[in-house]
Amino acid sequence: MKKAKTFRPTAFAFPYVGVTIVFVIVPLILVLIYSLIGEDGSFTFNNFIDVFSNPENVNQLFKTVGIAALSTAICLVIAYPVAYILASSPFNKIAILSLLFIIPMWINFMLRIFALKSMLQMIGIGQSYGAAVIGMVYDFFPYMLLPIYTVLSNMDKSYNEASLDLGANGVKTFLKVTLPLSLPGIISGISMMFMPIFSSYSITMAMGDMNTSVIGAKIATLFEQDSYGYGSALSFVLLVIVIAVMLIGSALSGKTSKPIKGGKKDE
Amino acid sequence: MDTEEKIIELIGVEKSFGDKPVVKNLSLYIRKGEFVTLLGPSGCGKTTVLRMIAGFETPTKGRILIGGEDITAIPPYRRPVNTVFQKYALFPHLNVFNNIAFGLKLKKIPASEKNGKTIYRHFTKEEIAEKVNRALKMVDLEDYGYRNVNSLSGGQQQRIAIARALVCEPKVLLLDEPLGALDLKMRKEMQIELKRMHRELGITFIYVTHDQEEALTMSDTVVVINDGQIQQIDTPKEIYDEPKNAFVANFIGESNILSGTMLKDRLVKFLGVSLPCMDGGFHKNEQVDIVIRPEDIAISVGGEGQFKGEVISSVFKGTYYEMIVLADSYEFTVQNTSNFNLGTKVVLGVSPSSIHIMRKIRTINSFVGEVEDEETVWLCGGSFKFNNADETLEKGDEVIVKVPFDAVEILDDENDGVIGAKVKQSVYKGTYYQVQLRTDRGEDFLVDTPYEWNINDRVGINLIPEKIIVEKIDDAENEPITDSEAD
Amino acid sequence: MNKKPSSIVALIVKWLVLIIVLAAIYLPLIMIVAYSFSPARSIGDEFGTFTLSLYGKLFENEKLLSATRNTLVIGIISATLATLLGTTASIGIHYMRKKSRAIIDASSQITIVNAEIVTAMGFFLLMLFLRDTLLLPVNFSITWLIIAHTVITTPYVILTVSPRLKQLNPNTLEASLDLGAGPMRSLFTVMLPQLAGAMVSGFALAFTLSLDDFVITNINSIGADIETISTFVYSGIRKKLPSEIRALSTLIFAVVLISLIVYNIIKNKNAKNSKGDKK
Repeated sequence: MKKAKTFRPTAFAFPYVGVTIVFVIVPLILVLIYSLIGEDGSFTFNNFIDVFSNPENVNQLFKTVGIAALSTAICLVIAYPVAYILASSPFNKIAILSLLFIIPMWINFMLRIFALKSMLQMIGIGQSYGAAVIGMVYDFFPYMLLPIYTVLSNMDKSYNEASLDLGANGVKTFLKVTLPLSLPGIISGISMMFMPIFSSYSITMAMGDMNTSVIGAKIATLFEQDSYGYGSALSFVLLVIVIAVMLIGSALSGKTSKPIKGGKKDE
Repeated sequence: MDTEEKIIELIGVEKSFGDKPVVKNLSLYIRKGEFVTLLGPSGCGKTTVLRMIAGFETPTKGRILIGGEDITAIPPYRRPVNTVFQKYALFPHLNVFNNIAFGLKLKKIPASEKNGKTIYRHFTKEEIAEKVNRALKMVDLEDYGYRNVNSLSGGQQQRIAIARALVCEPKVLLLDEPLGALDLKMRKEMQIELKRMHRELGITFIYVTHDQEEALTMSDTVVVINDGQIQQIDTPKEIYDEPKNAFVANFIGESNILSGTMLKDRLVKFLGVSLPCMDGGFHKNEQVDIVIRPEDIAISVGGEGQFKGEVISSVFKGTYYEMIVLADSYEFTVQNTSNFNLGTKVVLGVSPSSIHIMRKIRTINSFVGEVEDEETVWLCGGSFKFNNADETLEKGDEVIVKVPFDAVEILDDENDGVIGAKVKQSVYKGTYYQVQLRTDRGEDFLVDTPYEWNINDRVGINLIPEKIIVEKIDDAENEPITDSEAD
Repeated sequence: MNKKPSSIVALIVKWLVLIIVLAAIYLPLIMIVAYSFSPARSIGDEFGTFTLSLYGKLFENEKLLSATRNTLVIGIISATLATLLGTTASIGIHYMRKKSRAIIDASSQITIVNAEIVTAMGFFLLMLFLRDTLLLPVNFSITWLIIAHTVITTPYVILTVSPRLKQLNPNTLEASLDLGAGPMRSLFTVMLPQLAGAMVSGFALAFTLSLDDFVITNINSIGADIETISTFVYSGIRKKLPSEIRALSTLIFAVVLISLIVYNIIKNKNAKNSKGDKK
């Protein structure tokens, strides 16, 4: 019964594996290699030394974390109540309603930023730190809303009922049950916004003043000026930060996300 | 009965979702300390009743009392009842201990009195720990306090859910199909456990299930519900031995249900044989349903008996054989410890005490309709042809349309019928099926048909013009014999 | 059942929150749409008379048209490639053992979570490496951008297709191979038809991600004179963008709305049909 040529369906993944190695793994290795090559082509740690010895870089990094944290926090504070309302009765029966909030996702973000910028200028808000934050919130809002909304609307309502049944009123039920159970959605929303802001120099450039920028802008400028070694070193530092944030995030959501469905064990 | 304390009372409770009635004018009381089961097929409204008692649903109409106090408008978190949920609803972000402690941490108890005012306080940490540990002990999971609830098996989760509800010391414990997700062996164990807890704690249990065996083995009282209405409230034994109608008889246990005529008190005729029975109080020649339980039929070769037949199938069921005996075109289901081979000519004996007579829910379908022209009448949302030579009816006359059970044609394709309907119930009556069809407007048709129809299937309805009777409404003799089809 | 006044107040407050947020989201877009019919220099100026002149100008602005064309070409080709690559990958990954699957999933994750700027630099350095170190005859071009977009959107296609694959009967591919169909034939006749819906969703996602991309396009078009809508708007937004950008925005907005409406109509129709089939 054996076929002449044995074929394993896993082979379907080979093209993707090849593409991933060439276009994902190799570039990351190249970032590391270029960051260790000096201007004369020899091996050196100078690029990294430059990165950390220049207080402007560290300063820039803190500023980036600052604007990312502020924008993300504001966005969360707006998106959570909206998601909560949308997932609750009677709003959850109006399918078009949640769609309305997400439609902007499909419109080119630069055009949306252009629209927002025009609007703000019309009401007298020029380029400023605040405008950049508004830009971030405006751009990332659907990405923050969607995961929270998904978690809330898929949440088994018997958890709520059980809490009410055991004597917790509406507010306590929200704080002790709904909020902790929606944590995976919150974490997912934050992760879809916080790190991407590091690269969102187009928004700070369009909306912010001269002092407002993110670390991504610095890297882009370095590459435009052909400082590949220095730029790579800074990129590599950013990569390490990304990995660290990713690990922390998955540790956090691993703790909370698994039990969200409740019920039976996986294995 | 009034001397005993009614812990829960439902008075004329109704509930509709949108315009769909789920619970219809339901009144019921439950005595303190009872184990009461609400039993019925899925979608019959039993869970809705439970959820109204818990406070998750508000009745559209009617009142609910707990301990004599009207709690209809009280939110669930202020009701002295606790619920064990169908899929447990254990909080996944809390461990076992904190799940059980959830209610205790919120509870306030009177601590002292000051100027005639009661001062309330929360339980202390030690008190909570002690109570939780006692609850864990009660459900045999003493060392599980710090386990993640998702690491527990279904049966263990079930026990935690029960402990979580009981630790709050409710006046009434509500259980919503709590054993539904467990395997058979686990279920049996938990049935015994629950029964033990009920005995030891003395708390009133209200238990919802669709499993008739579970209901009969565990309960003090069984409330059979169908279609949002109570069919019968009785002890398990009475429910089994004296079902009030064909639905209860069919739903509870195996039974032979036949149509017959009450000749006079204690004499019934069915399948062409007149038999003595124990029931009376029917009209002369009243059409009735007859229930005979399969284990109550004596089967023998050449022995005493009223029916001669032939064994056409026999299946071993572990402790007995279940045989189908064809006698005079009726297929009797018979259970006996000894086996009779296929083709054996047997005699079936039925003693007077094993014949149970029930009033028919309805002997003819009757509806209010309107004459459209000489040949058609409008009823139940469609116009049907009729041949009514006797009377001169005029267009626009309000009429009673009587539709005998055999005057209805059921069609596979809904669109082939004049009106569409959904199959609500199908009861085998030996030689035919009696099917209940519910139209989209909520009218019920009972139909005798040789075929089995699947419940919840959509079908079309046609009426045979020769068989339907159309009568003017002011005819005093012809009062409709229906149950309330017009709400 | 009478509602309590407090719950009516709560309902009103909830509606207010939704309406305020919706207004904040849509007001800028509505202004753009409105002013696309105005000759005004910028939004907020006196509206003037209703005119379609900006739409006329749009079709004369060669730079803007070419940016739009590039955006669409890159989007359509890269989304098609990503759909094919992602779908085949999903099938392969589906049949892998846990360990190999975990490795591939992790590398897909890298693309998704990595800072875009780092990904962009990676592509940039890869091109330098291929061109200057390996001396291959390649350079920054629209092809390079298509490759880059394909690579960054493929993991999203996998994320869309994989869950659907898990719902399928696991033995269908094996059955096809067992019955003598070759792997390619099995792929096209057995697997792809079952995954069609998920592939369409995956394509749509990849396409929108590609349209939305700025950083990767910006960095990897250094040295090559290629603009997309994103880079065009970016390069002009601090100074002055041509007014016809408003007409372009309006057209894009209209296309998005129409596609969503059509999509929802089809979805509802399908839902109804499948309901009918159950009967």
